Amino acid sequence: MKKLLAMLMAAALLLSCATVLADEEAITLKIAHIGPLTGAAAVYGNATSNGGKIAADEINAAGGKYRVEYTTYDDTHDAETSVNAYSKALDDGAQMILGTTTTSPCIAVSAEAYEDRVFMLTPSASSTAVTADKDNMYQVCFTDPAQGTASAEYIKQNGLPTKVAVIYNNADAYSTGIYQTFVDKAKELGLDVVSETTFTDSTKDFTVQVNDAKNAGAELVFLPIYYGPASMILQTAAQVEYKPVWFGVDGMDGILTIEGFDTSLAEGVLLLTPFSADAQDEKTKNFVATYQAQYGEIPNQFAADAYDGVYALVAAAEKAGVQNGATYADICDAMIAAMQEITVEGVTGTMTWSANGEVTKTPTAVIIQNGAYVGFNK
Amino acid sequence: MRAKRKKLIYNAVTFGLVIAAFLICQYMISTGQMTRSLRNQLIPICCWIVMAVSLNLVVGISGELSLGHAGFMSVGAFTGIVVSGWLLNAFQMEDVTLRLVLAMAAGGLLAGVAGVLIGIPVLRLKGDYLAIVTLAFGEIIRNVMDCVYVSVEGQGLYFGFLNNKLPGTLLLNGPNGAVGVKKIATFTAGFILIIIALVVILNLINSRSGRAIMAIRDARIAAESVGINITKYRMMAFVTSAIMAGMAGALYGLNYSTLVASKFKFDQSINVLVFVVLGGIGNTLGAVIAATALTVLPEMLRDFGQYRMLVYAVLLIVIMLTTNNPTIRTFLDRLIAPVKRLFRKKNAAELLKQTGGDAQ
Repeated sequence: MKKLLAMLMAAALLLSCATVLADEEAITLKIAHIGPLTGAAAVYGNATSNGGKIAADEINAAGGKYRVEYTTYDDTHDAETSVNAYSKALDDGAQMILGTTTTSPCIAVSAEAYEDRVFMLTPSASSTAVTADKDNMYQVCFTDPAQGTASAEYIKQNGLPTKVAVIYNNADAYSTGIYQTFVDKAKELGLDVVSETTFTDSTKDFTVQVNDAKNAGAELVFLPIYYGPASMILQTAAQVEYKPVWFGVDGMDGILTIEGFDTSLAEGVLLLTPFSADAQDEKTKNFVATYQAQYGEIPNQFAADAYDGVYALVAAAEKAGVQNGATYADICDAMIAAMQEITVEGVTGTMTWSANGEVTKTPTAVIIQNGAYVGFNK
Repeated sequence: MRAKRKKLIYNAVTFGLVIAAFLICQYMISTGQMTRSLRNQLIPICCWIVMAVSLNLVVGISGELSLGHAGFMSVGAFTGIVVSGWLLNAFQMEDVTLRLVLAMAAGGLLAGVAGVLIGIPVLRLKGDYLAIVTLAFGEIIRNVMDCVYVSVEGQGLYFGFLNNKLPGTLLLNGPNGAVGVKKIATFTAGFILIIIALVVILNLINSRSGRAIMAIRDARIAAESVGINITKYRMMAFVTSAIMAGMAGALYGLNYSTLVASKFKFDQSINVLVFVVLGGIGNTLGAVIAATALTVLPEMLRDFGQYRMLVYAVLLIVIMLTTNNPTIRTFLDRLIAPVKRLFRKKNAAELLKQTGGDAQ
């Protein structure tokens, strides 16, 4: 009898606990992430998917006012599939979108989202066409033009060599976007661009481009390209014994992880990026450690952007006072207003947003020394 | 007599199914029963159906192998986008329907011109040259479109190759593709395009020219010996197919706010070829059904998460194997046999009446 009573008491206690918890019911945000988990751009989609997942897990574990229900939808880096993924996400009851990861699908989806009034924050689609004329669209990453301008300014202000060569991918939106603003800004600042050469996705031999830069006497080579071709350019330069200052942008991040690439060739490469995985602040250290433990690799720029993106969405939702069960159309305008007021301290720096959807944060230059990224201060 | 009737029934079933599907979709949209996911796929489905039906004309009816059908779609899509943007910016043409029709006509026209240019040298040759040349054509178009800049200012269009410093509003922005496209494609337009494609292609197949085309496919030398102009009829099939693909491309391009040339890669051409092969080479209705099913399928498999495309591939193999399996075919035939018998009985009775009991 005593036992039964004790059990009843315990049950009652549990029940009362449950009711207390239910009173302070957490608000669940349904965030849909859209990115390429398969296909040629899968590296980026998986990075953003994982980065966002870590942030969502942290927020849920911390047990604040908000919980995050985080779902990833695959778009294979294709506009048609991306719009399909977006439709499916809304059918599933998503309240806001983190994405899409890549630029061209993002432009297509953001146009749909603008008509449907869905709030969107892309971690990594960096073209200005993504946010143009759409008040519901925000970016975590720098825009391409901003990277070009910032690179030219950085080179000028930090006394780096001013005889510059540029090698860029003219079949790639990201690369041409940065190239165009870099050259414009370089002219304005009086940098001497002595060589401009191009390549495409299928280029495997960079002798022509590297020799052109060498013969023109460039002392600094600007590479607004992804790390894959960049590694081949470094190899070619080593063969012809050409040793300028190499200067890259965030696409260069990842060059140390290429299998079979002699990382000593990347020694001394400078890159302008808002995120470096070896930064010593507490936030970055935690993020990198968790990421490595869960996915077995060092997070890149894309993962960091998505990680910050989830925190930004939750911060904006809190500011906008999003309640349980609100639909995407209910909260869109409040989210837009809130987004311009919040300040997020993330792993990619301290971020604020302007009304046109672009982010403001400080880019830092890192230099590759002894096979690792080190903060660069001249 | 009987063959004619069979064709009539086949055509009636094809049109009937397409029209019925359209009416059901319209009904579901108006009552709000259709999910957003399916609703947003309707226009692309229309485009892929037209692509499959038009490629079927080349592969199934004319018996050539074309591996660059997406290239024609690309030409049509970018032409359509430029024409639509130009009409809107230069002439303030707000009439969406008229703009869509003009854009699709222009897309079809330019794709047709591309078809003629490729066809003139290649269709004179024997052998598999068409496959090689169309394969190259698709790749060339993709690489060229990566370098083309088009802008509109006042009433003028400006073209630049590798030169992005153009005045006015950019319509095509090199590797960024077309940006800021005003979406004007509608499901009804897609439906009408399918009907046009079916009317043109089914009529062509059942005409004197169509029989000539099929004669060339079946026995080239025999066809030549009875005086059929080989190049002319092969061109007829190939260019018609290119025009249809161009129109489908224009509709597709105007359904998204952005379009990049890499959308129309080699694998996209193969994708359309898969629709045709799966539907049964030469079978127009089959192409329609296969294009619809294979466009919707990847979206329906989303619940499989990252194994989605794996499941898709496995399903594709299973469908290919089962539809060619004799046991399953007999089983299917037996299933539809009662329906067929019904028609046959009527047929026989009518024949009996007409020929006075001398039915075969």
